[in-house]
Amino acid sequence: MKLIRDSLYMTQRHLMALWRQPFWIVFMLVQPVIWLALYGQLFRRVVELPGFHTTSYVSFLMPGVVVTNALFAGGWQGMGIIADLERGIIDRFLLTPVSRPAIIAGRILSLCVGGGVQSLILIGLGFVMGARYGSPWIGLPLLVAASMLMMAAFGALSNAMALMVRKEESVIGASNMLLLPMTFLSPIYMAKALMPEWMQKAAMANPVTWAVESGREALEAAPDWGRVIVRLMTLGAFTVLSLWVATRAFRAYQRSV
Amino acid sequence: MESQAVAAIRAEGLKKTYPGGVKALDGLSFAVAPGTVYALLGPNGAGKSTAVKVLTTLTQADAGEAVVAGLDVRRRGAEVRRMIGCVAQKSGVDANATGRENLRLQGRFYGMRGVELERRIDELLARFRLAEFADKISRTFSGGMQRKLDIAMGLIHRPAVLFLDEPTTGLDPEARSSLWNEISWLAGESGITILLTTHYLEEADKLAGRVGIVDRGRLVAEGTPEGLKSELQGDAVQVEFGEPQKEAAVRAALERVAGIGEIVVESQAVHARAQHGASAAPAILSALDQAGLRAMAVRIARPSLDDVYLHYTGRSFQEADAQLPMAGGKR
Repeated sequence: MKLIRDSLYMTQRHLMALWRQPFWIVFMLVQPVIWLALYGQLFRRVVELPGFHTTSYVSFLMPGVVVTNALFAGGWQGMGIIADLERGIIDRFLLTPVSRPAIIAGRILSLCVGGGVQSLILIGLGFVMGARYGSPWIGLPLLVAASMLMMAAFGALSNAMALMVRKEESVIGASNMLLLPMTFLSPIYMAKALMPEWMQKAAMANPVTWAVESGREALEAAPDWGRVIVRLMTLGAFTVLSLWVATRAFRAYQRSV
Repeated sequence: MESQAVAAIRAEGLKKTYPGGVKALDGLSFAVAPGTVYALLGPNGAGKSTAVKVLTTLTQADAGEAVVAGLDVRRRGAEVRRMIGCVAQKSGVDANATGRENLRLQGRFYGMRGVELERRIDELLARFRLAEFADKISRTFSGGMQRKLDIAMGLIHRPAVLFLDEPTTGLDPEARSSLWNEISWLAGESGITILLTTHYLEEADKLAGRVGIVDRGRLVAEGTPEGLKSELQGDAVQVEFGEPQKEAAVRAALERVAGIGEIVVESQAVHARAQHGASAAPAILSALDQAGLRAMAVRIARPSLDDVYLHYTGRSFQEADAQLPMAGGKR
């Protein structure tokens, strides 16, 4: 199918560009590594409070850092399409018979591949710092899958916003304003039971919560699969909705050319 | 590929108004015969780029009809896109990919594969003298090289019609004349139809078999460059003043000189047509002098496309170009 073929060509284009600047992957990992190392030390003893289901804060924190990294990787992705718009590359693509959805799909797929590698590196670092789990062989692949859904969803939303505002400054402003509060309105650093009640309610509606809770639950020795599946399905539905928003934004862009 | 059959462009009464009320096309009509080079000539903002966007299916006209390679652009856009190549005003080169990768990706969108595609890429790289840079990241290319890569990308699938939207804008003179050679070669040997837009009079004169002059979204004159110039009788006379002058005074002074017509007064210059330019010059200068108008410079020349533009629009080309920094810039 042309959509799939063209999406893969586009993915290849973005991954080649990534491959040519290997420092990018190091650079992108500096921040999550700092969270893992510093927060991991700073909050080491909070697990002595009830509600964490573990005695190791690094074990609690690692899935949270993987999801946070996915959120940021996705949230900043719109910057790339603005650069392509300014270079005239998107318009050149539109002059060819290329499958239109492939222009967005290629960006999302390459993000999931590049970001997936980052998730694996962060998981490895978590283990080096002492994170341990009851069922890693089922839990870790599901955590990586949840992180990829996060990247796809927020990558799509970020691209949609970039296509609407078409200014780097606006994307930077919006990402700065939204992404950080989203990590605090979720059980990334703190067990949900210990959060103020209004925050717990806000966290329930936060995709970050769905991703991190499904990952943590799947890593338990005896996971409650109902909890895992409901959260992953909700996250999946949110991703589909975000992708739809991105295709609508792209159509609106095409009409405005 | 069965391309040559119906390679032509026909636009009829194209109209387009952008949101915000900028009228880009106001009933533009023209036709291009197969295998020829046609230049749409006009200042920035005249509607040339919008015309190209409509003809290449990137945007839709509000009214009017356009047929490219025998296909209606509105109803059969997908088929039109397979028949055309387009080099937009903005370079579309992916700066983070090599020249070869840019060409390969472009070819794949048209369904080209394997040996056929690689052979075509090598052929184009050689043709545009890019072979030795083929595997370098195109960020390192000069402006002229990027433009050649743009054109090579536009040609990868052997289109029947090629659109070149201001191909040499922003290039240095050397790169420009090198690109002119490439375009002349294309037109001469490959039998492709080329629609070129430009705001360089010289470029239209040099490359195009026919020229359409566009002003405010409409075609105001059309013909071969020679034909357009010969329609104008006599020589072009241009007088420049050191400071702004009153239009009425300038006009009154010149109207007293015999054999002078088509007087167009601008703030610091006046354009006119003289049956015999060389003998009219002293008379013009003395008439101005008597009226107390001090001339800085007088230029007498055989008609150029600039004069054709002036003749049909009542504005000189530079003035029209300078008048248009308004709404949205390049369209």
